[in-house]
Amino acid sequence: MKQTDFVSLVMPFKDKVFRLAKRLLVSREEAEDATQEILLKLWNNKQKIGDYKNVEAFSMTMTKNFCLDRLKSKQAQNLKIVHSNYTDNSSSLQKQVEAKDSVDWVSKIMDDLPEQQKIIVQLRDIEEYDFAEIAKMLDMNETAIRVNLSRARKTIREKLTNTHQYGIK
Amino acid sequence: MVLNNIEKLIEKYNNAETSLAEEKQLKAYFNSDDVAPHLEQYKPLFQYFSLSQQEQFTKDVPLNTKKKTRLYQWISVAAVAVLMLGIIVPKILGPSDEELKQRELAMETYNRTMEALSLVSLGMNEGKEQLTNLALVGENINEGAQQASRLSEFNQVTNRILKNK
Repeated sequence: MKQTDFVSLVMPFKDKVFRLAKRLLVSREEAEDATQEILLKLWNNKQKIGDYKNVEAFSMTMTKNFCLDRLKSKQAQNLKIVHSNYTDNSSSLQKQVEAKDSVDWVSKIMDDLPEQQKIIVQLRDIEEYDFAEIAKMLDMNETAIRVNLSRARKTIREKLTNTHQYGIK
Repeated sequence: MVLNNIEKLIEKYNNAETSLAEEKQLKAYFNSDDVAPHLEQYKPLFQYFSLSQQEQFTKDVPLNTKKKTRLYQWISVAAVAVLMLGIIVPKILGPSDEELKQRELAMETYNRTMEALSLVSLGMNEGKEQLTNLALVGENINEGAQQASRLSEFNQVTNRILKNK
């Protein structure tokens, strides 16, 4: 497998890997490192890549495991992952700021979810995988995924409603 | 009604029973401008989903196809090998301890022999001096012999004179 083949194979899902990593690790730098690591792992095992039935699903599983390991590891405990992705929003329009603000809220709410639910919401609502694929990636059955997803969505809704109505955190 | 439909979809959505197509419908609805006021709260959620989808991985991944030539490592290996050879080869090929002893012994014997020989030569020199005396004697003898030959010549001459007479 040549480099160009590999790149064209990896291209469609490298952003998904990155987004999942970012969802779990929060910080952009950490997520970039993780993505890099995963792509390098794939590249180093390029001889075996033909054996995988679904490289994308395999990579997502790898990402999930890698990020969870990273969160568990001592390094992550000592080095609290602090994200500094605050973009300087120069647009002065009040409405835009507000919209951005409430969108940020969603991201904060999602950060508070348990890891499992975070992953499922990420895969379903953002990456739009169907349940069968998610089940394969996470090695869970579809019912469990639905239950988790429903729980997560309800938590998000609840918190969002509270914020919306009373402005409490 | 569209609104009714959306409400139902949201209910289904919260129970995680919507299909992907239905979720797309929801996303499309909440990303549009006319959202019913009582559903406003869901807007940021679906907007956030759509926004997150656009995030991209921009960092480059260094895929090195060439294997690193570990030149420096091999140089160090070679250096160590040369060093080892430098130590080992003279030990194996060079003189062993026994040989060294023999050499010392030979040197000693040589020295002793030389001493003895020089003693002998000293005696010889003394003998040589005496020989010079002898040579002097020999010279005198030769001179005597020459004079004797002259004497015999003289005799011959006298004989010839006598014959002529």
